[in-house]
Amino acid sequence: MTENYFEVLRPGINTTFQDNGRKNFYHIGIPFSGAMDNRNFVIANALSNNKKNNPVIEFALQGPKLRFKGDKVYFNVTGDVNFQILRKNKIEEGVCYQNIVLENNDCLDIISTNRSVFGYLSVNASFKIDFYLDSCSVNTKAEIGANNGKILEKNQIIEIENITKKYSLNKLDYINSKIENIRVIKGPHFDYFSKTAKELFFKEKFSVTKLTDRMGIRLDGPKIENIKNTNIKSEGLVKGTIQITADGNPIVMLSDHGTIGGYPKIGVVISADYDKLVQIPPGSKIKFKEINLKDAETIYKLYEMETQNLISKTK
Amino acid sequence: MIKNISNLGDAALYCDFGNDVNKEINSNVIQFFKNIQKSKIPGVINITPSYNKLIVSFDLNITNFDKIKTEVEQLNFKNEIENVGKLIKIPVCCDNDFALDIKRLEKLLKLEKEEIYKKFFSKKYYCYMTGFIAGMPFLGDLDDSLYARRLDTPRVKVPKNSIGLTEQFCNIYTFESPGGWNIIGKTPLDIFDNKNNSSPNLINPGDTISFFQISKSEFEKKYD
Repeated sequence: MTENYFEVLRPGINTTFQDNGRKNFYHIGIPFSGAMDNRNFVIANALSNNKKNNPVIEFALQGPKLRFKGDKVYFNVTGDVNFQILRKNKIEEGVCYQNIVLENNDCLDIISTNRSVFGYLSVNASFKIDFYLDSCSVNTKAEIGANNGKILEKNQIIEIENITKKYSLNKLDYINSKIENIRVIKGPHFDYFSKTAKELFFKEKFSVTKLTDRMGIRLDGPKIENIKNTNIKSEGLVKGTIQITADGNPIVMLSDHGTIGGYPKIGVVISADYDKLVQIPPGSKIKFKEINLKDAETIYKLYEMETQNLISKTK
Repeated sequence: MIKNISNLGDAALYCDFGNDVNKEINSNVIQFFKNIQKSKIPGVINITPSYNKLIVSFDLNITNFDKIKTEVEQLNFKNEIENVGKLIKIPVCCDNDFALDIKRLEKLLKLEKEEIYKKFFSKKYYCYMTGFIAGMPFLGDLDDSLYARRLDTPRVKVPKNSIGLTEQFCNIYTFESPGGWNIIGKTPLDIFDNKNNSSPNLINPGDTISFFQISKSEFEKKYD
C-alpha cells in the first residue's frame, strides 16, 4: 500500500485542524473551538462525501502550501479563496467548491482568502491525527487537539489515510455573501450603558482591528460609555457575546474564547450571523442591528434550511 | 435558588442567582449545575457555573429558549442532588524565585512575609468555579487581612502553576498566561493535564482545597 501524505512547504498564518468542536467542557475552562465558519466546514465535508464531522484543515488569510506524496487524492477548498495547483508542467487556477485531483508530487498552494478570513481544505479521506475530549479541534492556548494543539509548521508531514473512492462530482455554485449589518440580541447588562451609548451602539459603524484571532474580534469606534460599573463578577460567556471593556470598546467572543469573563455584556450576535461575522477581515466596518429572540430563532431556521439545501446540491 | 432566567443571545439561558459572592449562593449554582448535567436535557451543549450565575448553552437545531427554560424551571423545584466536593491538598513552594509579588504584598498589606504565609496556609478554600483558561480554579475566601488589589500593570506572562491572590480569592495559573494577580508561590502539581483524555482537571467547582508549604528541594524532586 502506498503511503499518502502532505508535506508542509509553507504553513500559512494560522492553519489548524478543526471539526465541529468540543461539547460540555465550558465548566472546566475549555471552549467550544471547532471550525469558525460552520457552513463552509459542513459543505467541505459534503463535497468530499465524508462524515459530517470529519476533520478538515482550516486556514486564515494566507493558507498553506502543501506537496502531495502518494497515489492520488481528491480535495476541495471552501470559502472565498484564491489557490493554485502546481503540476509537473503546468499551473492550474483553483476553483472553490469543486473536487480536484492531486497526484504524486503535485502541490496545492492556498495563496489567500479574498476579502474574508477563513477557508477550509477537505480531502476524500481522513488525516491521521489525535483527538482530545472527542474532538480534533486545535486550541493553541490550552495546547489541546490534533498536532499537539499547535498550528501547522513548515516541513511537517500530514499523513492521509482511508482514502475513499466516493466524492462529489458536482461543482457547487455558491457565493459567500458579505454582510456589514450584524444582528444582535440585547445582553443582560444592556442597562449598564448610557442612553447615548446605547443609541451609538446600534447607529454607528465599528472597525474590525488587527488584534483579531480565533478568540475574539476587537472593535474600534465610538466609545460606549458605562454608567454603572466597568466590571461585573466574572461569569460564563458564549460565542458571539459582545463585551464592552473598561476603555469603552467592544470585543466579540469567538470560538476559542476564554470561558468566563468580567466585562459587561451589551449583546450577543445571533447564531445565524456568526459564520458571516467571523469572515469579516480586519480593516472592515460593521454595524450592529437590534433584533428580538423570536425573529432570531426564525432566521436561524431559514439559515439552517439553506445550509441543508446546499448540502443536498453536492450529492 | 434561581431568581430569574433570561436569554443570553438565541442559544443560551442566563440563570441569575443574585449579585452577592458567597459560598451559599455558589453552592446553589453548583448544585443546579450538577442537576442539569445529570438530567441530560436534550440539546444542552454546555453548562457554565460561576460565582452567582449559571449559563446553559444549547443547540438551536434540537431545542430553543422556551423549551429549555421550562425544563430548567421544573428542575428548580427539585432539590435532590447533594453537593459534595472532594478535599484536595496542594503543595506550594514559596521560594523567592516563585513568590514574585511577596515584597509588594508585604508593603500593601503591612504584614511580614511569615505572617502572610501563616494566614494563607491556615485556611481551607472553596472552589467557586473553574475557567477563563482551561482548568483554572477560582478559590475563596482568603482571610480579609490578605485582600489585595490586582497589579497595576498585569504581567504579560505569569509562569505556569503560579499561585495568585486578589481581593477575597486565590487561583492557580494552569498555563503560562497574562494576568494581574499577586503571585506568592508555585506548585509542582499539574492542575490541568492536557494529556489526560478523561478528566484533565484536578479541581472542580465545589471542591475544597488546602495548601501546604514545601521546600525548594522537595519542589524540585517532584519534577524528577
